[in-house]
Amino acid sequence: MDLLLQQTVNAIALGGTYALLALGLAVVFSIMGLINFAHGELMTIAGYVLMYCGLAGVPFVISVPLAISASMVAAVLMERIAFRPVRNGSGATMLVTSFAVAMILQVLFQNLISARSQAVMLPQILSDSVRVGGLVIGVNKIAAIVATVVMLVFLDWFMKHQKTGIAMRAAAEDFAVARLMGIRANTVIAGAFALSGLLAGVAAVLWVSQRASVDPLMGFMPVLKAFIAAILGGLGSLRGAVAGGFLLGFIEIYLAAFLPREFQEFREPIGLGLVVLVLLFRPNGLIPSAALKAEKV
Amino acid sequence: MESLLSVRSLQIRYGAIEAVRGIDFDIREGEIVAFLGANGAGKSSTLNALVGLVPVAGGTVVFNGSDITDWRPEALAPAGLTLSPEGRRVFGTLSVAENLMMGAYCISDKVAISEAWERVYSLFPILYERRDQLAGTLSGGQQQMLAVGRALMSNPNLLLLDEPSLGLAPKIVGQIFNLISQLRDQGVTIALVEQNVSMALEIADRGYVLSSGRIVSEGTSAELGQSGTLQSAYLGAE
Repeated sequence: MDLLLQQTVNAIALGGTYALLALGLAVVFSIMGLINFAHGELMTIAGYVLMYCGLAGVPFVISVPLAISASMVAAVLMERIAFRPVRNGSGATMLVTSFAVAMILQVLFQNLISARSQAVMLPQILSDSVRVGGLVIGVNKIAAIVATVVMLVFLDWFMKHQKTGIAMRAAAEDFAVARLMGIRANTVIAGAFALSGLLAGVAAVLWVSQRASVDPLMGFMPVLKAFIAAILGGLGSLRGAVAGGFLLGFIEIYLAAFLPREFQEFREPIGLGLVVLVLLFRPNGLIPSAALKAEKV
Repeated sequence: MESLLSVRSLQIRYGAIEAVRGIDFDIREGEIVAFLGANGAGKSSTLNALVGLVPVAGGTVVFNGSDITDWRPEALAPAGLTLSPEGRRVFGTLSVAENLMMGAYCISDKVAISEAWERVYSLFPILYERRDQLAGTLSGGQQQMLAVGRALMSNPNLLLLDEPSLGLAPKIVGQIFNLISQLRDQGVTIALVEQNVSMALEIADRGYVLSSGRIVSEGTSAELGQSGTLQSAYLGAE
C-alpha cells in the first residue's frame, strides 16, 4: 500500500512535468498547426541558464526566474526568426523547420558550451525528503507537484479571464474570423510562443531538479514524451494535453515499479503499447480538440 | 452624397479561376445595399476581399477616405468595417459573452464598450439570457444573432452581412430581417449578400446583381424587383 502511494506521488510529479510540456506544444499547435520539436531546446536553454547561474553563485530563487525568462525570450525569438517566415507554409514545412531549429541549437550547445553533460548546482533542500505518514517524499517531487498545480491554475485563469487568453482560444478555433475582430495574428502567435516558453522553462527547472545536470540533448526525450502525451490527450486540446501528460506519467512510473523484473527490459514498448491501445479506442485522444471536426472512416 | 465605400475594377482570383472580373460599386452612408445573384456569382468573394480574407488581384477599395485595398483583416475592424461571415462562424467553444467580448476586441474606450454591450443585449435579449452558455450549444437562429451581435460590438460604420438567413427557419429569417432594418434605423450602413431575394429587396435601398463575376444590373430595390435581369442572373443566362 505504501509502495503504491509512494509511486503515485512519483507518477504525479513526472506526469505533471509531461503535462506542462505537452501543454506548451498544444498551445502553439492549436493556434498555428505547428508541432514545435524545438520545444525541448527551450528546456535545454533554461537548463544552461541554471547551470551558469550556479557557477556564478547566483541564489536559486533568482536563477529560477532567470531561467524561465530565458526560455520565454528564446521561444518568442524562435517564432520571430524561424517560424514567422513559414507561417503560411504547410504543416510539413513548419515541422521540418522546427527540426532544423532544434538541430541548429543542439549543435550550438555542443560547440559553444560542451558536448558533455554539465553538473548543475542545486540547493541542498531539493535533495532532502520529508516524511508524510509512512511515506518518504523528496522535496523535489513536492516542488514539481506544487509548480504543476500553480501553472495549471494560472493557465486556466489566463485562458478564461484575460482578454489575450480568450483571444487565443478564439484564434485556435477560427483564426480568420478572430482576425476580423481586430485580433492581431502576430500578437496571438507571439503570445502562444511566450506561453509555451514559460511552460518549457518551468518544466526545465523541474526536470533539472531531478537529475542535477544538463547536456545539449537534454530536451529531446521529455519533448518526445510530451508529444506522445499530447497525441494521447488529443492534439491541440489543452485539457487533453494535461490528461495525456498525467496518464503517460502514471503508465511509466507504475510499469517501472510493478512490472516483474524479467519484463523490465520491455518497459518502454509495453508503455507505448498501452498508449496505442488507448488510441485504438479513442482515435482522437482522450479529450479531442473542438477544432477537430473531421471524422475519418 | 459621398460614398462610404467605393470599389473600382475589383478583381479576385483563385489560382487560374477568375471569381470577380472587375466590378465597380458604391455604398453611401445610411444605406442598405443588397448583392444578389446565383451561387458562385462572386458575392461572398467580394465581401471577403473587402475585409482582406481573400487577396485582391486588381482594383481599389476606398473606405471612409482611405485606400484599404491591401490592408490586413485585423486593421479593418478598428477602422469601422466588419463582416459577419457566411455560415455564422461563432466561436463554439467560447461562451456567448466571450464571443461578444472578442467582437469588441479592438475598442479600448471603456464607455464605448459598455454602450456596445447595452446595444447588443437590447437588440438581442436572448443573448443576454444565454450569456454564459457556450456558443456552440445555441440554435442556428441564436448563433446568427450572436454573429451579427459580435460584429456590432466593434461599433462599425459599415457592416457586411454574408447570407444572414442561410439555413434558418422562415420565422427566424423574418426576425433577422427585422433586426437588419432596426440597425439601419440606428445609423449602421449595411451591405447584404442574400439568397433570399424577395426579403433582401424588401429591406434594401439599392442592389447590385452579379453573374459570373460581373455586375449585370443595378438600381433601386423597386427597379430590380421589376426588371428581368434578376431572373436571368439566377437562371444563369447572360
